[in-house]
Amino acid sequence: MATHPVIEAEGLVKRYGGVQALAGLDVTVEKGTVLSLLGPNGAGKTTAVRVLTTRTVPDCGSARVAGYDVVAHPAQVRRKIGVTAQDVTMDGLLTGVQNLQMIGELSGLSRRDAARRARELLERFDLSEAGGRVAKGYSGGMRRRLDLAASLVASPPVLFLDEPTTGLDPTSRAEVWGVVEDLVAQGVTVLLTTQYLDEADRLAKRVVVVDHGKAIAEGTPAELKRSVGGARLHVTLSAHASRETVVPALAPYVTGDPLLSEGGRQISAPVNGERGLATLVVRALDAAGLLVDDVEVRQPSLDDVFFALTGQPVGEETGEEVAA
Amino acid sequence: MSTVELAITAASRERVGFLPSLAARAKDVVVMTRRNLVHILREPMQLSDVTVQPVLFTVLFVYVFGSGMSLPGGASYTAFVLPGLLTMNLVTSSMGTGVGLAQDLSNGMVERFRTLPMWRASVLVGRTVADLLSAAVCSAVVAVVGLAVGWRPGHALLSVLAGFGVALLFSYALAWATACIGLLAKEPESAMSVGFVVIFPLAFVSNALVPTLHMPSWLRVIADWNPVSSVTASVRDLFGNPNPLPLHGSWPVEHPLGAALIWSVALIAVAAPFASFLFRRRTTD
Repeated sequence: MATHPVIEAEGLVKRYGGVQALAGLDVTVEKGTVLSLLGPNGAGKTTAVRVLTTRTVPDCGSARVAGYDVVAHPAQVRRKIGVTAQDVTMDGLLTGVQNLQMIGELSGLSRRDAARRARELLERFDLSEAGGRVAKGYSGGMRRRLDLAASLVASPPVLFLDEPTTGLDPTSRAEVWGVVEDLVAQGVTVLLTTQYLDEADRLAKRVVVVDHGKAIAEGTPAELKRSVGGARLHVTLSAHASRETVVPALAPYVTGDPLLSEGGRQISAPVNGERGLATLVVRALDAAGLLVDDVEVRQPSLDDVFFALTGQPVGEETGEEVAA
Repeated sequence: MSTVELAITAASRERVGFLPSLAARAKDVVVMTRRNLVHILREPMQLSDVTVQPVLFTVLFVYVFGSGMSLPGGASYTAFVLPGLLTMNLVTSSMGTGVGLAQDLSNGMVERFRTLPMWRASVLVGRTVADLLSAAVCSAVVAVVGLAVGWRPGHALLSVLAGFGVALLFSYALAWATACIGLLAKEPESAMSVGFVVIFPLAFVSNALVPTLHMPSWLRVIADWNPVSSVTASVRDLFGNPNPLPLHGSWPVEHPLGAALIWSVALIAVAAPFASFLFRRRTTD
């Protein structure tokens, strides 16, 4: 497949006072795909988005969005992007309709087109009824949806979503995911930051794991998971079993030493993840006279990836959150 | 949920030419002006600045001060004070520009604006234009209340309108000055308190409510050179209302209209570029 990067950043460096927010970040996003910047608070994700959306000038490095340099041609970049910032940026004194219409007009739509677009998007985001009320009175979820709608008013080909589902309930998260999938299907390029590994796993074609302002790993979700090792087998037996019984029975199927816990009721071992593995394991244990309550072959999650890379779970603070 | 085309290629949003044209900038100013007018209508504080306050000030000063005030030559205090109340109301409500901008900067709205292909300065221009429109409403309220309590202009309509024009021009200039205060302040509240410290002496150490004739001489010098005095004096002249002068007037006392216009234009020439500079600095990191 020919590469066609819509977002390209090279060696981005940004310091705020004593805080090194970005320390040489490289990011490339192909047209019509989702790239997720994954990392804990303070990893530099928001700063990276601020640079790419022309709100911050990097100290070092360069970036192009939709073919335009973000420092040299910010006005051209702004015509191509939609942005949902981490903090909701709505005018609380305007109604939902007025907010979207204003943003549409400031994006270059005519008054009439902006009004039509506002109505469409409010309907799309289940805000038609609330559209006539001032945004100050909206619930957190409604404000986030309005914010997301605002970033789509001008139908931008490139979308930046900075933690778009932080603080949302599961239903609203699923809705946002659905919208992102629709957009990508229509050819929109999306850069999404998140602390949620399942979100990156679900939406992103490629994931860049960010820590201390640098990319510490990059690849498809599957590649990243493979890099921390293969799948693991988890078995729960009905009764205690000795190591002498279990280990020979599982030997043909596991790739490493099985780990026994709870007096031998719980078994965990690295495996290849071949087809039919669970059936083979159950048969082997049955032949050894062991009753199986539960068996699972689990692929590593991005949580495991992050832990393997940084030695700490996602969600833990690794530094000061850079607000500015 | 209905299925709506979310990613149509928007030919209509491509603006003519690479640099935003003058028309596009004017449109941004109109949009921002409309936004700020909605704010004024929804914020009881801001609305009362242009409705309740002028009524209150006019009635209070005409009846309370007017009852004990005798002017040289026996002129009517109502006729004397109304032009002063016009400028005083406009001067005090001009602080709304600075406070409003400080509020804009303290919430996330400006962050959103920075990602849009809009003319950045339209945030400032739209704000000052909206405040100019509300100042016009304020002037009309003062005039109506004035007519109700017995004020009558002595000159023809055109001259009276020119008087309002001079007062509004000055209030527009002052709005740019308070915009600078708002952009320098860290919080909307501090913009408000700094504003009061600047605005109140400006409004009161002047000829707006009492003639400068009997002030101590050092204070009279300050009052005579105060732009508020020049504006008030020229409004009095254009309205055809009494304007008692000291015997040996300084230049601005002798030429109030010239002084008022010079003050206003000079203030805009200095404060507008400075406000744009401050706004760029506040929104760049």
